[in-house]
Amino acid sequence: MDFEKLRHGTELIKRGFAKMQKGGVIMDVTTPEQARIAEEAGAVAVMALHAVPADIRKAGGVARMADPEIIQQIIDTVTIPVMAKARIGHFVEAEILEALGADMVDESEVLTPADPYFHIDKTEFTVPFVCGARNLGEALRRINEGAAMIRTKGEAGTGDVSQAVKHMKQIQGEIRALAGKTKEELIKVAREIEAPIELVMETAEMQRLPVVNFAAGGVATPADAALMMRLGADGVFVGSGIFKAENPALMAKAVVEAVNNYNDPAKLVEISKGIGEGMKGISADTIPKGEGLQERGW
Amino acid sequence: MKIGVIAIQGAVSEHAEALRKALVERGEEAEVVEIKHKGIVPECSGIVIPGGESTTLCRLLAREGVAEEIKEAASRGVPILGTCAGLIVLAKEGDEQVEKTSQELLGIMDTKVNRNAFGRQRDSFEAELELEIFDLPYTGIFIRAPGITECGKGVRVLGELDGMVIAAEQGNVMALAFHPELTGDLRIHQYFLDKIFG
Repeated sequence: MDFEKLRHGTELIKRGFAKMQKGGVIMDVTTPEQARIAEEAGAVAVMALHAVPADIRKAGGVARMADPEIIQQIIDTVTIPVMAKARIGHFVEAEILEALGADMVDESEVLTPADPYFHIDKTEFTVPFVCGARNLGEALRRINEGAAMIRTKGEAGTGDVSQAVKHMKQIQGEIRALAGKTKEELIKVAREIEAPIELVMETAEMQRLPVVNFAAGGVATPADAALMMRLGADGVFVGSGIFKAENPALMAKAVVEAVNNYNDPAKLVEISKGIGEGMKGISADTIPKGEGLQERGW
Repeated sequence: MKIGVIAIQGAVSEHAEALRKALVERGEEAEVVEIKHKGIVPECSGIVIPGGESTTLCRLLAREGVAEEIKEAASRGVPILGTCAGLIVLAKEGDEQVEKTSQELLGIMDTKVNRNAFGRQRDSFEAELELEIFDLPYTGIFIRAPGITECGKGVRVLGELDGMVIAAEQGNVMALAFHPELTGDLRIHQYFLDKIFG
């Protein structure tokens, strides 16, 4: 077989990778030991970070891509995919992560944005990207830039699921509202939400986003994860919720099982029992205006 | 008649959709069901184990008690199709990557597999494949794909790439390293349905 004929980094390959994550839980980890706990619990992938969002929030200052050394150690430790975060617009951080062998790059509002106007042109990359969104317009703009997966922004590092719920319902509601609209009405919507008409029409037709849509930003318990699945998420990111919990190994396993049994309250009872306290968290309402991580990106 | 898609995680809806389209195409009727828990596999006349993360799939199949049921179905000759992670789950033996996570492989096929034979996501690719069972090439979608490194006597090799077996069957059980559910080309699903409908 001629390896010249292999086609890398196509849309099908990038979106296909995201599809393989469906029904799974992706966990934030900061060390190889945590990555092993996540894999053992049944996570479908890990997100390698220098600190979980709750700690990033507490520390303040400029949050950047994690040390490649740590990401490399995590890659060497687990068999499941390893994702990592780059700053919004920081295409060089993304190139570094791609060269390192990260399986997906999260262009993330959890880090301090590097470009006040532009997100990364993700079509230029072989590695697939996931991006956060609060509404349909934002999601479709990211997909137009090449994102292979969307996640709700929620409000990372709070342990308060309310913002993830809000963003998921917002996106789902906007998609439902597209049903039955004529082409000229869809063109009007596209203009209003500042999204490409082709993607608006595709979304209206499919009645879902054209790429996989995960929940993220404040998921802290098995019940939170099940709630997001019930609201139509394809899977769940859990950031601080696992390793800021009293017993991370038990919490990790319980969240995975909750996602697999999200429709079964009797099973969720068993899954939620005796797993220790969840992360303490802060109410998203108490975050002063302008300081929410979700407000980063456009 | 029921055809089940293991629905623990991964490209479940894509397989279910491809099966439904293939059924319409051939004018046969069967119910395509998702299998998350114990108790459904014994009712199925065919089972698909989709792509996803094999480490996760193996763990949850064992935890949910579905693993034993699939083994039992295989022993009755029920047709099984495993794609990507499914190819790993069906195998008898894994490489050190599989060993280090102590995955419980089902051991239904007499094969040894390499978990990420074709590298990480940046190495993932599409390629036109020559398969034993088709006259025309088939577009293979390889995503962090595994490969079969050793086959026992009863295993028929259906396709190879770079010295690695990427499609094989043993009796009614078929394993593919790539993703037929992502292409829209229904020939693989039709081939699988041929085994069910005879």
